[in-house]
Amino acid sequence: MTRHIRHAAAFCALLLVALLVNATRVQVVDSRTYDDNPANRRAAIARFAQPRGDILVDGKPVTGAKDTGEQLRYERTYRNGPLYAPVTGFASQVYGTTFLEHAEDDVLAGTDPMLAPLPLWNDLTRAQNPGGKVVTTIRAAVQRAAFAGLGGKKGAVAALDPGTGAVLALVSTPSYDPERLAGTGSAVTGAWARLNADPDKPMLNRALSQTYPPGSTFKVVTAAAALDAGEITDLDADTRSPAPYTLPGTTTSLANEVEGCTNASLRYAFQWSCNTVFAKLGVDTGQDALAGTAKKFGFDSSGLRIPSPVATSTFDTAMDDAQLALSAIGQYDTRATPLQMAMVSAAVAGGGSVKAPYLVDRTTTDDGDTVASSGTRTLRQAMNPGTAVQLRELMTDVVEKGTGRNAAIEGVTVGGKTGTAQHGIGNAGTPYAWFIAWAQEPGDAQPSVAVAVVVEDASADRSDISGGGSAAPIAKAVMEAALR
Amino acid sequence: MTGTAAEPAAVAAVRLPRRRGTELALIVVAVLLSVYGYCAVGLARDGSVPPGAAGYGAGLGVLALLAHGAVRLRAPYADPLLLPIAVLLNGLGLVLIYRLDLETPGDRAAPTQLVWSTIGVGLFIAVVLVLRDHRVLKGYAYLSVVTALVLMIVPIFFPAVNGARIWIRIGGFSIQPGEFAKILLAVFFAAYLAANRTALAYAGRTVWRFKRLQLPTGRVLGPIVAIWLLSVGVLVLERDLGTSLLFFGLFVILLYVATGRTGWIAVGLLLAAVGAFAVGSLEPHVHGRVEDWLHPFASIEAGEGPNQLAQSLFAFAAGGLLGTGLGLGHSILIGFAAKSDFILATAGEELGLAGLVAIFLLYALLVERGFRAGLALRDPFGRLLAIGLASIVALQVFVIAGGVTGLIPLTGMAMPFLAQGGSSVVTNWIIVALLIRLSDSARAQAVPVSASGPAAGSGSESGSKEVRA
Repeated sequence: MTRHIRHAAAFCALLLVALLVNATRVQVVDSRTYDDNPANRRAAIARFAQPRGDILVDGKPVTGAKDTGEQLRYERTYRNGPLYAPVTGFASQVYGTTFLEHAEDDVLAGTDPMLAPLPLWNDLTRAQNPGGKVVTTIRAAVQRAAFAGLGGKKGAVAALDPGTGAVLALVSTPSYDPERLAGTGSAVTGAWARLNADPDKPMLNRALSQTYPPGSTFKVVTAAAALDAGEITDLDADTRSPAPYTLPGTTTSLANEVEGCTNASLRYAFQWSCNTVFAKLGVDTGQDALAGTAKKFGFDSSGLRIPSPVATSTFDTAMDDAQLALSAIGQYDTRATPLQMAMVSAAVAGGGSVKAPYLVDRTTTDDGDTVASSGTRTLRQAMNPGTAVQLRELMTDVVEKGTGRNAAIEGVTVGGKTGTAQHGIGNAGTPYAWFIAWAQEPGDAQPSVAVAVVVEDASADRSDISGGGSAAPIAKAVMEAALR
Repeated sequence: MTGTAAEPAAVAAVRLPRRRGTELALIVVAVLLSVYGYCAVGLARDGSVPPGAAGYGAGLGVLALLAHGAVRLRAPYADPLLLPIAVLLNGLGLVLIYRLDLETPGDRAAPTQLVWSTIGVGLFIAVVLVLRDHRVLKGYAYLSVVTALVLMIVPIFFPAVNGARIWIRIGGFSIQPGEFAKILLAVFFAAYLAANRTALAYAGRTVWRFKRLQLPTGRVLGPIVAIWLLSVGVLVLERDLGTSLLFFGLFVILLYVATGRTGWIAVGLLLAAVGAFAVGSLEPHVHGRVEDWLHPFASIEAGEGPNQLAQSLFAFAAGGLLGTGLGLGHSILIGFAAKSDFILATAGEELGLAGLVAIFLLYALLVERGFRAGLALRDPFGRLLAIGLASIVALQVFVIAGGVTGLIPLTGMAMPFLAQGGSSVVTNWIIVALLIRLSDSARAQAVPVSASGPAAGSGSESGSKEVRA
């Protein structure tokens, strides 16, 4: 019997060994597979277990956190949510993150290893770092001026510091409050459904994610290409352009909104936005030169991040002359984001140099120690510095005595360019009103702000719709706020 | 076995120390460890020691000391490890349940568990004080089996809870009578096999020409088949896979130990395989469990979210080697049985593989000490009872721990001492009380007559003599 008791004991020991081996399999060998299973809620719980770090504007947080005491504990809150939505994006327990909340998620959530003073020690203790802070380049006054300027209209504003590339304002209207998407529950799913079904697309970031036909504002690019290529050597010389202009190889006739464009000089054509002159100029300059200049301004280069992703602005490279003529005045397939057009304006203001736009000045730990900082980075030289001086002159004329007089600021040098982009089938849609501009204070060596404004549903009389009427006053308000 | 020369007569001359001081010291350690765990939960959750820590420590300490006093008084030679292990496991179980209570503010189970633990310790003390000699139980063998059968059958007339008919509810009070049936059946098996082991081992015709496979006569075989049918019957009617597995395993082990015939193991395994296959493929509830075991992530792939077993595996994996720390895991995601069937997952997540191994080793030590008492005892009934009780613990731990870690199909069962469940805690305290009594007999009988001291042992030549003076 004793022998058999020992056998029975050995059997029980065998059961124990089986348990230990299996526990080791689950807890050590295969644990990563289980941890990574998408149905495992632990990653989400850990992610929301602590308050998310803040996004700062002018040194003050525009975000916050609310302790719900639920399983996904901390929910995001936003101060002035609609105002800053294109900057912050949203951080939702259910729908993930967008824009800065997405691009800087590692820092905000505290998972960036750079936040840990001793990363290896952290791995060992499994300690979670408090969420870091993201200090934006946005200036609250500029942002507010842009938001107030757009008011109830559909549109977007992007403002840059031409010297550095820092984004001073990023506004899209109509907007929404990202706080309504934070957290869980039926209120959040309801808000998500409503926002997605809204025909006005409030969640669309029109400043970064939407491209528009740039219309006449693209004439800045065409003029830069023509001047760089030597197609125009004298701003005041006769360009020998007929009006109306028959598109090459077609019977389609292109007309102007203004008088006096026949054989106008580049200065006059720029000042009054003569389509005929620029369409012909585009064809004369040639597709390669035009596309090359557009590319140097940032068109056709995908993957721009500020660090929020920016939609690619496009300028076609394989066109016939008629299409090239239309593209040269910002129509046909030419499309640009408001940020891209702000970069065009900033390049003129900054001596032809295109600075990489950036929205995050620096990221810090919870205590304020810098983790990473952005700096000025030159992307490309879009044109010769001399060309930039000439374009500045042309743009100043537009504001002083041309289509952009609504943007003039007392005692400040302001350059601008209006645009009215037709769109829709047979151009039946309400045109988009554009205005791009820059402003330079008297004592300064260089303009200190560049801005692009687009208003989608400029609700004026069809004949009155122009960048000068709807968009220029907004640009003026934004520049005034930036100069203050 | 009486008079078998190979029995441990050789140790007779050695005077075994009583080791009551060791037991007391270990109990203090066990209580302190439990209080430490209780405080750790509070510190992890709120950054402060929970207000009930002193009360919890005092309660557990007083219970443990009372139990220790009873052992000191009536079982002075008992194995000094049994009681501290029980105290530690029970204390740890209370900590885990308290910790899970924090996640379910509307449903507090720890106070109830403390009440049941008190009742359990009370019964422990009663058994140690009242039962002076384990052989008294032999006389109640048939009463035991009848009572066990009644207890097992009663729940059939009560509604099923979570798919299993193993509870009886009276008012707000629910007990699981099958739990108590375990002890009664162990007593019956031990008594029956002790009485019939010769007949079972040697009688009957030889089947299949194998020397070892001799079937006994129908009269002796009858109750065995009856027990097998009963276990399958219980399983089908009450949907209680775990208990039927436990009874069957217990029976096969005792049969093997009593008769020494390997053939019985083969017969047992064959019958178990037939029964398990039939029930596993025919009975939908059990069939579902088997399917879950084979494909734990099927419900995730079907878009229905993780089932309990998947959640349990996630919890174990999240614990890793060292665990998240008490109070810092998320095993509550497992759902409704997190405090009972799946409590081990909380231990696995928050204490890690290290803690889990420690818990398994505590159970292993408990089982090993039971087997040791069985080895040291002289009377067949006492030996079989000790082996049976130890096997109950071993099988129960294996079945439930194997279930929640995906080693075997999941069966609704309670982790001894750890899990929420009054019937289970009370039953396990009685099991430990019986093991204390058996180990006291085993160790006391080794003390020579000439030894000075208040508790004189009997002579070592015959284990069937009166063990205690």
